[in-house]
Amino acid sequence: MDIFAQQVLNGLVLGSVYALVALGYTMVYGILGLINFAHGEVVMIGAMIALAVVSALLSMFPEMPPFLMISLAGTAAILVCMSLAFFIERLAYRPLRNAPRLAPLITAIGISILLQNIAMIIWGRKYKTVPQIFPTETFELFGANITSVQIFIITISAVLMAGLLGIVHFTKLGRAMRATSESQRVAGLMGINVNKIISVTFMIGAGLAAVAGILIAGNYSVAHYSMGFMLGLKAFTAAVLGGIGNLGGAVLGGLLLGLIESIGAGYIGDLTGGFLGSHYQDVFAFVVLIVVLVFRPTGIMGERVSERA
Amino acid sequence: MILKRSFAIVVAAVLVAGCGAESETSDGKQIVNIGHVGPLTGPISHLGKDNERGAGLAVDEANELDLVIDGVPVQFRLLSEDDEANPQKATVVAQKLVDSNIVGVVGHLNSGTTIPASTIYFNSDIPQVSPSATAIAYTHQDYQTAHRVMANDEQQGKVLGDYAVKTLGAVGIAIIDDRSAYGKGLADEFESAIKDAGGKILTREFTDITKTDFTAILTKIKGLNPDLIFYGGMDSQAGPMMKQIKNLGLTSLFLAGDGVQTQQFMVLAGAEGEGAYASSPGLPLDQMAGGKEFREKYKQIYREDIQLYAPYAYDATFVMINAMMRANSTDPAIYLPFLRNTDFPGVTGRIRFDERGDLRGGSISLYRVVKGKWQYVETIGGAD
Repeated sequence: MDIFAQQVLNGLVLGSVYALVALGYTMVYGILGLINFAHGEVVMIGAMIALAVVSALLSMFPEMPPFLMISLAGTAAILVCMSLAFFIERLAYRPLRNAPRLAPLITAIGISILLQNIAMIIWGRKYKTVPQIFPTETFELFGANITSVQIFIITISAVLMAGLLGIVHFTKLGRAMRATSESQRVAGLMGINVNKIISVTFMIGAGLAAVAGILIAGNYSVAHYSMGFMLGLKAFTAAVLGGIGNLGGAVLGGLLLGLIESIGAGYIGDLTGGFLGSHYQDVFAFVVLIVVLVFRPTGIMGERVSERA
Repeated sequence: MILKRSFAIVVAAVLVAGCGAESETSDGKQIVNIGHVGPLTGPISHLGKDNERGAGLAVDEANELDLVIDGVPVQFRLLSEDDEANPQKATVVAQKLVDSNIVGVVGHLNSGTTIPASTIYFNSDIPQVSPSATAIAYTHQDYQTAHRVMANDEQQGKVLGDYAVKTLGAVGIAIIDDRSAYGKGLADEFESAIKDAGGKILTREFTDITKTDFTAILTKIKGLNPDLIFYGGMDSQAGPMMKQIKNLGLTSLFLAGDGVQTQQFMVLAGAEGEGAYASSPGLPLDQMAGGKEFREKYKQIYREDIQLYAPYAYDATFVMINAMMRANSTDPAIYLPFLRNTDFPGVTGRIRFDERGDLRGGSISLYRVVKGKWQYVETIGGAD
């Protein structure tokens, strides 16, 4: 039983991070109908910036309290990622806003490759070690082991996701975002600065991505220029699973995907009598996605969206 | 007209000079070209340069002996090429070396480059001795030109399997591999060795070289409560894996191959790396027959410490020169059978080849992480 509890916990940790990243995909899709494939790379940049800041601080002020250090690194990473997202949107997506939908999609893939290569040039090809500034403590919970970093990941993700839902549903900015996603033209006619709202949406998503990057790097203690690519695909899958464009759906999809992967890798071998092994972990996750989409093409919480003009 | 003539003279002069450089030195010695290939640029260029220096040292020493082959005084020359650890580039430089009339080649460094290049050397009947390629496939192509002076992954997997069961006393064993040619090959050999030694494989799990999260498979492994976890793969994965093993509260021993016996593993695993076992082909430098002497000689000439495989490159070169001496010929076709019958006391140990060109009785050393450092435990095999 404790093994099952452990797999559920593993899945929740993995899923929290997927959910944070999936929110960025789903917000942008909700407003623009654009799949921002460069989003995974923003996660990677966030991790790399935080790592660079922490390393610099460690060498200059080794006595600095860890919480201050991680706050400074986090702030730097969030600011860099937000400005990065602002410029990506401004330079790569806005000029194509009225182009056919394929054009911005290709641009997004291009940006993703570009960012990976820039990161490779700046930070090299080697796996980089993330210094452990917090001592890792392990606790027992329902017979499962959980580390302080994992508790931190689940807590931070939950707080941020709740905060985002609060902003979107209870503030003026949130109302403007929802209006823009309903119809950019009508929102514009109502006096909403649509371009500004779109920029803000990108920046909020990037801020969440930066946090996700720091959490992943902290949990696994490694960072690499290619770490964002597969993560981006998984988070995108989570967003589709939950119903792309729907914030609650992204959270649900992220957590579900994490659980499916974890439990799938743990039990698929036993379920199939050893015929399929843990290398089918990813396959299993995608099979679930396909099955869900066959029966609910809009995802679990998605509503039918009319094709945009 | 005058221009044309002077051009012709220049061309003729270059051709003559070129011929001279190819065949004879100014003091009338016959030049013998030995090729060397390794990655001299890129992320593991430090290892390629190290091999080049090892081979260069051997060539320089051989030249000081004023060797005479078939009545002609000879001077060896090392033609070194860069394969960038890239299989495609490896075949290009292999062909280039073959075209520059080499009589043998020391290299390549990686298994991934050595295997495709070996076909080119085989087709041109050029003897090849790799200092450091350990993939089984290299010597299993029935190429009589292919040799290596380091134990291969098959030997390593067997030793690791025996060690896990007989020395570490592990019965229930879990295996993880990264699905790469190296990781899967090593894990397969390990698995069959475990079965032969009477151990029990509880599960075989898989990951891939892009992953850093192993919690799902490790949790499953935890449920099986193995005595030992074996990982067939590289340090970049093993580091985070080791952390997760400890965080999940697993108390199983951890064992891996030479891809993990690195400094990078120590850095990535941090304090959680403590107690991990990993192997590496050959002896540690200090235990080698001529290890200490070689270390000092190397340092005196290059003013740097040996990186990794330089003693093997040195031996590979001498094994080749030794075969030419015994055959009394630098003709590859004539000295190749002599190379296969080598029995040479090298710096790294006694060197003999089996019928495939693999090192006979290749030894494997085991290391364990103690206080954040790889500490030598023992060497297995080597006595044939």
